[in-house]
Amino acid sequence: MNARAPQSAKQQGIRATRRFLPPILIVLLLLLIWQLYSSVGGTSDDVIPSPERVASAAWSDRRSLWANTLPTLREVALGFALSLTFAFGLSILLDASGIARRALTPVLIGSQTLPIIVLAPLVVIWFGFGLLPKILLVALVTFFPLVVGLVEGYATASREATTLMRTMGASWWTTWRLLRLPSALPSFFTGLRIAITYAIVAAIFAEYAGAELGLGVYMQTARNSFRTDLVLAAVLVCAALTMLLYAATFAVERLVMPWRRTGRER
Amino acid sequence: MSSNIRIETRDLCKGFATKAGRLEVLDSTDLIVRDGEFVSILGPSGCGKSTLLSVLSGIELPDSGTVKVDGLPPAEAVRRASWMPQLDSLFPWRTVAANVALGFEVAGRIGRAAARRRATRLLEDFGLEQFADMHPHQLSGGMRQRVALARTVAQQRDILLLDEPFGALDALTRTELQLWTEQIWERERWTVLLITHDVREAILLSDRIYVLSSRPASVKLELEVNLERPRSIATLSDPRFSSLEAKLLASLGLGAPETS
Repeated sequence: MNARAPQSAKQQGIRATRRFLPPILIVLLLLLIWQLYSSVGGTSDDVIPSPERVASAAWSDRRSLWANTLPTLREVALGFALSLTFAFGLSILLDASGIARRALTPVLIGSQTLPIIVLAPLVVIWFGFGLLPKILLVALVTFFPLVVGLVEGYATASREATTLMRTMGASWWTTWRLLRLPSALPSFFTGLRIAITYAIVAAIFAEYAGAELGLGVYMQTARNSFRTDLVLAAVLVCAALTMLLYAATFAVERLVMPWRRTGRER
Repeated sequence: MSSNIRIETRDLCKGFATKAGRLEVLDSTDLIVRDGEFVSILGPSGCGKSTLLSVLSGIELPDSGTVKVDGLPPAEAVRRASWMPQLDSLFPWRTVAANVALGFEVAGRIGRAAARRRATRLLEDFGLEQFADMHPHQLSGGMRQRVALARTVAQQRDILLLDEPFGALDALTRTELQLWTEQIWERERWTVLLITHDVREAILLSDRIYVLSSRPASVKLELEVNLERPRSIATLSDPRFSSLEAKLLASLGLGAPETS
């Protein structure tokens, strides 16, 4: 019906330009303002280093920066894996039982009011300087948007479709698997995108509270020796990582929900 | 008791508790559907036609009276009747073939691949094979409804409960689908109970028509449609068709023919 006409390389080029040019221009503009402020603004280059200096500092310290990025990424990956597992399990429980939903909702909301800046040192006291407290903190900070996305997503399963499953003799589990879970996916991905932007920050907080390696440790060390350029270099690495993770959610979404893609591109 | 009665209700009453008090929906409704018979239920909107189907498919329990599907209460007569909802309710994440296979997969007695193969065969019977790999959003409303009917039939229960299946379609597509349904029914001869508010649809497709009163609904008129089968577009201009239509409209409290 809607056979897609093969696109010429030129058309693809135009589309890519339209898509990527505006964000690149904005970033360049921000860098320009930063550069101007640091050179004309009258503050010392040690207080507000120019982007050029940040870039060259990052480049000369690239080995150490990379060695500190890897542990942070590992914490984020493991913490997020734990968070996803926990969120799916919990969402099933909340979906299956009204009692569980009423009993647990206040606790879950309460868990989100714990100030991470206070919690991080406590978690380190309880679980030590290793990987575990970082994983736990990343999971704690990211599971909530996932659970909310899933539980509210389940509720979007249409009533008629639910009745249809019942007339077909489907069990609760079959209905969950074939109807409720796929219905929840769009809302789940919204939750995922919110959660993933918290993940790196959570890992850095955890590292600040005590670690041997990681971007948090790197920033702390750089700050203690007044290397603002290196602090900002690490901040830029964090921002880039978060953007990459955010973009990755779209890639996963396309893989998991191919019907959505064909729906949008019309 | 005749052995070929598939659906029977006697003194069926059903109401719901609402904020404004109790709402009686069905009031001593009596009807039967025989094996291989196409029966329509015609009534004003909101008269409780859909509630009747819910009771027959075992989703709701009656307050009083008897309901039997193949001699059993609907909740026990498992896998006898399949229900087709008003909106197509196709799953957007499934292809057409996978949507049709849903019933097989839920029943779980055959594997997924075998379910898809059966679905594909059924799509061929329905003349829908070229849509097998498409997703529902790529289909027109009429096509979606055809796929929904295929999904209903695929459950391999020979009683079909159809809840205003063509109600949301434009007039032209609706007529097209009615004629298409008639064609397939001639071949398959399912036992059908069709809920509709379209008088012409009821006449074109049915062997018998029940007219329900407005809420609380009970049977106001039972009418045999003795027009030859197979029926076609020519049936619509048969003088007997017009006289049946007039009779039904009068029973629904309308003097002039419907304009829609």
